[in-house]
Amino acid sequence: MIDFGPADGLPGFDVAVIGAGVVGCALARAFTLAGARVVVLEKAVDVLDGASKGNSAILHTGFDAPERSVELACIREGYQLYHEVREPLGLPLVRAGAMVLAWTEDEAAHLPALMAQALANGVTDVEALTHAQARALEPALAESVKAGFRVPGEHLIDPWSAAHGYLAQALANGAVLLRQAEVLAGRRSGGVWHLATTAGAVQADLVINAAGLWGDEVDRRVTGASWFTIKPRKGQFVVYDKTAAALAGHILLPVPTNITKGIVVCRTAFGNLLVGPTAEDQEDREHATVDRETLQALIRRGCEILPALAGHEVTAVYAGLRPATEEKEYRIRADLAEGYFCVGGIRSTGLSAALGIAAHVLRMAGRDDVPLSDPEWPVMPNISVDGDRDWQRQGHGGIVCHCELVTRREVEAALTGPMAAGSLAGLKRRTRATMGRCQGFYCSAELARLTEGRLVQPMLDAATPRVAE
Amino acid sequence: MTDAEVLVVGAGPAGLAAATELARAGRQVLLLEREEEAGGIPRHCGHYPYGMREFQRLMRGPHYAARLREAALATGVNIRTRTTVTALLPGGKVGITDDTGPQTLSGKAVLLATGVRETSRAARLIGGEKPGGVLSTGALQGIVYLNHQRPFLRPVILGTELVAFSALLTCRHAGIRPIAMIEPAGRITARDPAVWLARLMGIPIRLQTDIAAINGRTRVEGVTLTGPMGVEELATDGVIVSGGFRPEASLLHGSHLEVDPASGGPVIDTFGRLSDPAYFAAGNLLRGVETAGWCWSEGRRTARAILSALDGRLPAPAGIRLNLSHPALKLAVPQMLGAPTPETVHDRLQIRLSQAAKGRLRLMQNGRALVSVRVDSLPERRLTLPLPPVTDTAVLHLTLDETP
Repeated sequence: MIDFGPADGLPGFDVAVIGAGVVGCALARAFTLAGARVVVLEKAVDVLDGASKGNSAILHTGFDAPERSVELACIREGYQLYHEVREPLGLPLVRAGAMVLAWTEDEAAHLPALMAQALANGVTDVEALTHAQARALEPALAESVKAGFRVPGEHLIDPWSAAHGYLAQALANGAVLLRQAEVLAGRRSGGVWHLATTAGAVQADLVINAAGLWGDEVDRRVTGASWFTIKPRKGQFVVYDKTAAALAGHILLPVPTNITKGIVVCRTAFGNLLVGPTAEDQEDREHATVDRETLQALIRRGCEILPALAGHEVTAVYAGLRPATEEKEYRIRADLAEGYFCVGGIRSTGLSAALGIAAHVLRMAGRDDVPLSDPEWPVMPNISVDGDRDWQRQGHGGIVCHCELVTRREVEAALTGPMAAGSLAGLKRRTRATMGRCQGFYCSAELARLTEGRLVQPMLDAATPRVAE
Repeated sequence: MTDAEVLVVGAGPAGLAAATELARAGRQVLLLEREEEAGGIPRHCGHYPYGMREFQRLMRGPHYAARLREAALATGVNIRTRTTVTALLPGGKVGITDDTGPQTLSGKAVLLATGVRETSRAARLIGGEKPGGVLSTGALQGIVYLNHQRPFLRPVILGTELVAFSALLTCRHAGIRPIAMIEPAGRITARDPAVWLARLMGIPIRLQTDIAAINGRTRVEGVTLTGPMGVEELATDGVIVSGGFRPEASLLHGSHLEVDPASGGPVIDTFGRLSDPAYFAAGNLLRGVETAGWCWSEGRRTARAILSALDGRLPAPAGIRLNLSHPALKLAVPQMLGAPTPETVHDRLQIRLSQAAKGRLRLMQNGRALVSVRVDSLPERRLTLPLPPVTDTAVLHLTLDETP
């Protein structure tokens, strides 16, 4: 029997957002600022634990999105909104600009159509580049580059602080986050949704499914059916040492195919250089593995694009899963009568589009809540290269992670408050601890001390007995 | 105006030995250490053998680190812990940060002794997921000896360098029982006595075997091995990724100082002096791993060169660059050679191989061997060549003629 009984002291909510990925966080923010009482239900121990934990961290203009698509509209609006909220929320923006590069004559033949599409999509500042112009802008590019065009508006952001910032603003203005709250079932009665979760029952007028890789499953659990099927698409990435970041100022994009934007080489907001992603369809929604052969292939591709990359070290590797479906288009559907929204199939453009998707869904909901007149704007701690870091101010308590210059004060802050990290992975996303060159050689012991008893999913197995002193 | 005559960056055996030597000669020394306590890696290396060269007795790492620390303090070295150097600037200025915020310090000379770290799991492109319970030896030893925590009970150890056997000792101390040692090469890298330890503990060493993937979403549940017998799944609760030492040279990368791509450390001359003559380097930053005693001795000798530099007695930089002319030659330190003087720190060339090799090593100039030595060695093992006086300015090559 599934228990729909009320959870301890939880009030009824206007809106329940299922899933605390970047889209769920943006939705929570939009509905909270619009005056709704919002609860966010996340099944993992921390937010951003699914599709949002691994992507290429590019803020896209939508220049290559399908014309007249919902995806394009959401990217365009999301792009604008990010620029509006980033300063008050303290979110970084590395104005890199992108170059779409053709490496064969065949690819070069596609460039005019891609530029025309950019214009049609409202990205009007693209500029064609000859071989010589491309190499003048990016001297480290391989000689074999044929031609390309520049998209000045494509930028780099911190994929995690953005989503954390959206959610932090929702929480600062009254929203509630429940973690380890997997939605098991839903029942609508008397115009109210009753959701059974692993953290107790939750009631809300409106339910928004933003469950990412589990979007279809949550659809079925809550409404009994789903109108799409998630087909996870894995992307593997290689992160190069910071010494490599000087090799590419622009985001270097290939000519895209129907399936994927292809393998990108770009800096990160943290000063590294990224090569990836691959596009590999798989059944598994939980496990995103890397494999040596694919990583080596990415390294080879990276070195074909930037030959000087060969002399640089790899700092990190990772894989992410995109919640793709049978169709390319976002799977956004509203059932106003039933008070149920599904926001599914948000693939790699979700980071760019999140704020736009939230605005779009908010308009579709057509609620008559009174927007907050003077909302709180929590400022996210900057951990990117775009701005001052905590170690540059006094009272930081000393450095814990030496490679990324993460301070004790930063770690402490990430372990405190309504959005406190729930796992080492969550702490890494919030602070960058262990994400640098040594990958935890120097700071793992110190972090194990600092986090002991404070992470829901501890660094070390709590059941393991201690060593006698 | 300087904050100290000599700034020493890093309080491991090399930095402590150098600082002590400089202070003993009456120089004002400021030793900057980013950890909460000086001592370096031996601080959390709770086993023998340390101290023979320095104190003529066998010690465990923490005791040895404490003795080095006491010696430094007794001679008047000013040790500033929890102080992180963030930038190396021309002429002996360094940017630092500590709890009071950022600051720039200046010295007449700066000694870099920032040590080494192991190659990470990521840099080795090991596949699979990223569960908790994958640690370098350094991280394991910190967790066991400093925190008294036990990260796993039945891990596998990747690598058979000396440090892998140090990991084995750490495990034994903590009541952790490794189930296998995994070595991609066909031979064990460390020398015999270490290997007996694995035999005594009954731990199988799997040669020509690699970890293709680490499995488990939150905790290590197993590893996928590839080896002579094909692919094999092994259940385990942890992975110790050992060895593959590389200089902790992050500070050099952001600086004006010249880095040697071969060693990953600074380019030095026979006085341990860098491309900016205000800077010197000693210890494992130079070449990857050596013993604590070796680093200590190198720190002490480099301190004497710094004393000469402070007195204006060190010859002007005029070294001849050494080129490596065989793919099996991974690195050679120092990179700039010259005529020996009483102040010479490095009278031997320190060499490491990138692959097992057998044959004759020659230091060549003008088509003539200045010195040669027979080698039959494995990667990561200590290999040295006595340095002859180099007085001619023609190009120098280190060659290896392999014999089957």
